[in-house]
Amino acid sequence: MSKSVPTPPAGPVSIGTPDDHLHSYPKFLWRAVRDATDGSPWFYAWMVLLTGVSLVGLHAWAVQVRDGMIVTGMTDHVSWGVYIANFTFMVGLAAGGVMMVIPAYLYHDHEMHDVTIVGELLAIAAVVMAICFVVVDLGRPDRFWHLIPGLGQFNFPISMLTWDVIVLNGYLLINLHICGYLLYMRFRGQRPNPRWYVPFVFLSIAWAISIHTVTAFLYSGLGGRPFWNTALLAPRFLVTAFVSGPAFIIVALLFLRRWCDVTIGDRPVQILVNIVRVTLLINLLMVVSELFTELYAGSAHTASLRYLFFGLHGAHGLVPWIWTAVVMGVIAAVMFLRPHVERHPSWLIVACLFAFVGIWIEKGMGLIVPAFIPSPLHEIVEYQPSMVETQISAGIWAWGFLILTVGLKVALPILRQPFPEESELKIKNSGGQADRSSLGVRHP
Amino acid sequence: MIDRQNSSDSESSGVTRRTALKAVGATLGAAAFAKAISPLTEWAAHESIDDFLQKHYRELSPVDMAVVLERIAQDTREDYGAEVEVADHRPQPGVKLGYALNLSICVGCRRCAQACHVENNHDRPSGNSYIRVLEMEKGSLDMAKGNVNYDGPVPKPDKFYMPVQCQQCDHPPCVDVCPVEATWKEDDGIVVVDYNWCIGCRYCEAACPYHARRFNWTKPRIPAAEVNPHQSYLSNRIRPQGVMEKCTYCLHRTRDGRLPACLEACPTGARVFGNLLDPESEIRWVLAHKRVFVLKEELGTKPSFFYFFDE
Repeated sequence: MSKSVPTPPAGPVSIGTPDDHLHSYPKFLWRAVRDATDGSPWFYAWMVLLTGVSLVGLHAWAVQVRDGMIVTGMTDHVSWGVYIANFTFMVGLAAGGVMMVIPAYLYHDHEMHDVTIVGELLAIAAVVMAICFVVVDLGRPDRFWHLIPGLGQFNFPISMLTWDVIVLNGYLLINLHICGYLLYMRFRGQRPNPRWYVPFVFLSIAWAISIHTVTAFLYSGLGGRPFWNTALLAPRFLVTAFVSGPAFIIVALLFLRRWCDVTIGDRPVQILVNIVRVTLLINLLMVVSELFTELYAGSAHTASLRYLFFGLHGAHGLVPWIWTAVVMGVIAAVMFLRPHVERHPSWLIVACLFAFVGIWIEKGMGLIVPAFIPSPLHEIVEYQPSMVETQISAGIWAWGFLILTVGLKVALPILRQPFPEESELKIKNSGGQADRSSLGVRHP
Repeated sequence: MIDRQNSSDSESSGVTRRTALKAVGATLGAAAFAKAISPLTEWAAHESIDDFLQKHYRELSPVDMAVVLERIAQDTREDYGAEVEVADHRPQPGVKLGYALNLSICVGCRRCAQACHVENNHDRPSGNSYIRVLEMEKGSLDMAKGNVNYDGPVPKPDKFYMPVQCQQCDHPPCVDVCPVEATWKEDDGIVVVDYNWCIGCRYCEAACPYHARRFNWTKPRIPAAEVNPHQSYLSNRIRPQGVMEKCTYCLHRTRDGRLPACLEACPTGARVFGNLLDPESEIRWVLAHKRVFVLKEELGTKPSFFYFFDE
């Protein structure tokens, strides 16, 4: 299927007949499966590790379904724990991917454009993880169908959780479409038709903001939980999302550049660094602002915040965690301020790691658990994740990394040679097998 | 899970070592997968397909409901060895149930909580109850100064006692947040849960400002002899694992014209229950003549549970 590709940005491209697609799409999928299961010994080791951890998590979840959630550390007092904490963080990570899309598509940054698919793949993996974290938090996952509009009873628009179901699944579909379309076009050796994906890219920008706003409203709409019931929650969610997402992507880009033979200029990293520089500082400002407002007036509503930062009546389970997060955030913020930090990969990776872990604590356990301590009747019951919860959470993380790895693996040709331009692609697609070496050739 | 995909790859030149290894990997992976999910199959063996496919409470026809009630009684017989009668008590027209509690005479004996535990077929090992009694400091209504884990003889001279249960709010946040409408407010004001529809997300538990909701962290355990056989679909039947439950003002009793178990157990007469729509009712007299307050009025939940002090 050797094709000549029209000169960009000429609009409609030869899109092929339906028969053509019937023929080539299965081949594309097959090729993707092969790409995803073929690699170096390191790759196999990594995949086997992730599979193993996923299976441990799956088993722990099966036990939890059989024996009930009594196997978790949660109680009627702290009724959400590490699952919902990770869920919240994952929604942010998914939304953070959009920080590549905005420079690429709104500001027409070409270098960023070439690697945007990394952010989109991260969004897919993170949304899948977010959905998994909700599913494992359900006491009755077998009744999942009650949530399907039309089949069950969908309490829309009153319940914010139904909004979340819509926006998360929508975001997943949008990104699956964008990535799937680009990869498929690349497989066919065609230049993607902007009509088929650019509108979705713009939709995904608005949608990314919406998933995290809606998730914040999930909590901030609860009048009975003063810790969450603040207007600052949604802005803070977004800002932290734009720390964790770009921080992860920076590391991913550096990894791809170093180990996967992908040419990535300094510019995309630079842009992401600039974003994290600002968002990290804004987040710290918001933390301080929240602490001041709550503590200076000293109202009775500050019990949760005091529990989180200083401990309450001898209970101080989260104090070391939150201060670790604060310290990591401050260190990361300072490290990011180093001039030309993008030229110092090790330094940058450490900074990203600190920022990432700091946000994970702050917006995970640090956000969910304190809202339950003290309880609405002011009882103090602390929470610690059980072994089963830890295994399930690790399993979902491994599962997410697995999806991301497979996605990146399949996308490597696109990353190595961003998009076919004037010259004809030398794809010998006889029998669905493209010449790997030609796919790997870098665009001059 | 990712299988290593069987690799009888038509394009590849025969069976290479790599494809053979992939096949072995895929087989091992599939075996590990089956082993990993084996607890799920054990669990599924106890779940019935009728239960799985059951419609929402409000969509069940009378015939459907009769079948469901019979199935629940049957399941209880099998699981707990107890003969029970499960009915479906509906609200009475012209009735809105309300509760009032006299804080001046409550002595904090917790008999209401104990009666609730027995009446509503609560899990025995956890000692669950829909009522929590706070021991409060005189001179303050601040619950932060309260304590639920008090012991020793009651009442203590410098304390007063405040039992808290579901307030059956007119604007119940728990109902708003439920994504699947598994909980709702009935015509007589009772907020109920369809235990067969709840997905167990516990969003309502996070939303409730009164800590009135409970989750079934595991399958409730009750000895056959202790099972209360007079049960109702929306109230005290033994709840399945993994769903929410809450106080229903004992609707299986109160919709039959009887009083809630917690009221009958109260030795001091601190509790007043009745129809808020009936001007002649005792509770209306209390609302008209006592200085009444509700908990956390500022949240706008509009409770149907009132507290008052004698002069």
